[in-house]
Amino acid sequence: MSVKPTVFFTRSAPPNGVALLAQECELQIWESEDPIPREELLRRVKGIHALFVHPPIRVDSELFDAAGPQLKVVGTMSVGLDHVDLAECKKRNIPVGNTPGVLTSAVAELTVTLLLATARRMKQAFQAVHNGSWGTWESGMWMTGTLLEGKTLGVVGLGRIGMAATRRLKPFGFSKILYCGRSKKSYDAEVGAEFVDFLQLLKESDIVIATCSITDENKGLFNKRAFKAMKNTSIFINVTRGALVNQDDLFEALTTGEIGSAGIDVTTPEPLATDDKLLSLSNLTVSPHIGSATVESRSAMCEVTARNILAGLKGEPLPSPVLI
Amino acid sequence: MAFKLKGKPKVYVTRLVPQPGIDILEKECELTFWKSDEAIPQEELLKNVRGVDGLFCMLTDQINKEVIEAAGPQLQVVATMSVGFEHIDVAECDKRNIVVANTPNVSTDSVAELTVALLLLTSRRLLEGVTAVKNGEWGAWKPMWLLGTEMTQRTVGILGLGRIGYGVARRLRPFGVRKILYHDVVSVSYASDVGAEFVTFEELIKESDFICICCNLTAQTRHKFNKDTFKKMKKSAILVNSGRGGVVHHDDLYEALVNGDIAAAGLDVTEPEPLPASHPLISLSNCIVLPHMGSNTWESRNSMSSTAAKNILAVFHKEKPMGEVHAK
Repeated sequence: MSVKPTVFFTRSAPPNGVALLAQECELQIWESEDPIPREELLRRVKGIHALFVHPPIRVDSELFDAAGPQLKVVGTMSVGLDHVDLAECKKRNIPVGNTPGVLTSAVAELTVTLLLATARRMKQAFQAVHNGSWGTWESGMWMTGTLLEGKTLGVVGLGRIGMAATRRLKPFGFSKILYCGRSKKSYDAEVGAEFVDFLQLLKESDIVIATCSITDENKGLFNKRAFKAMKNTSIFINVTRGALVNQDDLFEALTTGEIGSAGIDVTTPEPLATDDKLLSLSNLTVSPHIGSATVESRSAMCEVTARNILAGLKGEPLPSPVLI
Repeated sequence: MAFKLKGKPKVYVTRLVPQPGIDILEKECELTFWKSDEAIPQEELLKNVRGVDGLFCMLTDQINKEVIEAAGPQLQVVATMSVGFEHIDVAECDKRNIVVANTPNVSTDSVAELTVALLLLTSRRLLEGVTAVKNGEWGAWKPMWLLGTEMTQRTVGILGLGRIGYGVARRLRPFGVRKILYHDVVSVSYASDVGAEFVTFEELIKESDFICICCNLTAQTRHKFNKDTFKKMKKSAILVNSGRGGVVHHDDLYEALVNGDIAAAGLDVTEPEPLPASHPLISLSNCIVLPHMGSNTWESRNSMSSTAAKNILAVFHKEKPMGEVHAK
């Protein structure tokens, strides 16, 4: 092409990926900290050849119609695809690339971080330091939390992220590691994890971590029934998607002592409103979807997305395609 | 010292403590308590120790010569519900043949878990995130908001590879760290179990991306982390202290964090404790201060309580307690 193809970025992105695309493309970037208004987006995508998109910007027929038939590829800087109408992409023969794999260790790390923070009541402890309620070294019993050593760990979803998290958790000395999912995994022996059904996992685990992918079938998996099956002392961690959990039921479970405490990195919606009742709970820790929030991970995600786009523009197979 | 001919030995407990210790002592001893969650004022302590055979104390109590005198010559044992014993005049106890006992080992796992937790909390900025949620600063997903540092391919440095340092190293291995370095008074053979490499203090501070202080407070370690140390560390370095507050010069740390000589710090121990909420370190977003929670698990506290109790009974039975300390 004598004219460089145009790539529209729905947000500013890490420099490495931007530089990669700048070599061969004309870049248009929405630089503002605030999300791009829908009408503005539809105006700006007119005539573009590639879309570098970030969730939760909706990629759908409205956007494709606004862009025009010359749009050749969509690269989303995410693993999640809830914001992309894949059926529509397939209809229009537009390949989509995403970024699984490069954020696995970041999310696994955050899962462990959130578990430890929840088990040891870090949020409350931190607040006590800040509001001056930290007194002379606690009595035997102030701000006591839970030791991981010797407990039973239950992993809901032993995929990439679940496995990476479990590897990191193994030396903490759990007496048993259980997991559940659609099928037994051939690699479970590496972490000594035992395949059981969901209900058994809930009943036996002291710690339940949800690291599965979200599907139409598992929305609301963690509901009243699930929390009832769990131990009253249990700790629940969710890094999957907010939709995996019925938040009203979670609230009930935490206030009535059906489960002990929880830590979630994902909610419905995101962000959670500051007056959401969940935020009033001292035994719930909510982090703002920072699972993949590391410099390394975001740079890698950006680079993969840039490469997906370059391949798509040339009509080549994407290095990290979404199978649709 | 012999028991009284009649009656159970008297034990004074300077705080409300977890039940397991109480259950153990109640069988054989006459127990009196300072019935509070707060530390006992010194005057009360001096009053209440008179005539006791055993003292069950906390690390917030000053068991000095005055207290030992006030107790009387029948005092046989001072058992602290802690590993540290800087608060006890051990030399004075040695002189009078009073056994000083502590509770080593039983909180090792708790402290190791807490140290790793603090490291991850600091590197992944979790509490900043939690605060942002509370304050309504969490907006639509942004690719470069609240980015933390991954452990993958980083170098971890541990000062003090004792039980706790070793436990920390062991837990950090599967995080994909490139190297685990350690510095201690001497190199130790079990370091190879966790692939930890002995280096000089200079090398430790120069090469590490994450440094965990897991050592005791001694004359040699006091203020080891000071202005000069911070200048030699990487600007991206993260410092974690779960050893003792006095190993770090707090004012120098504040300067280093503000000037960007190091990236962030996580402290479970400070000088003093508690650190007042108005302390400058607490105002920094890149410094996490926790209220000395190393051994704050039910499991550990219950064990510490029963161990201190068993230590007391051991001395009464003329047996060796589990943790005995003497002045050098």
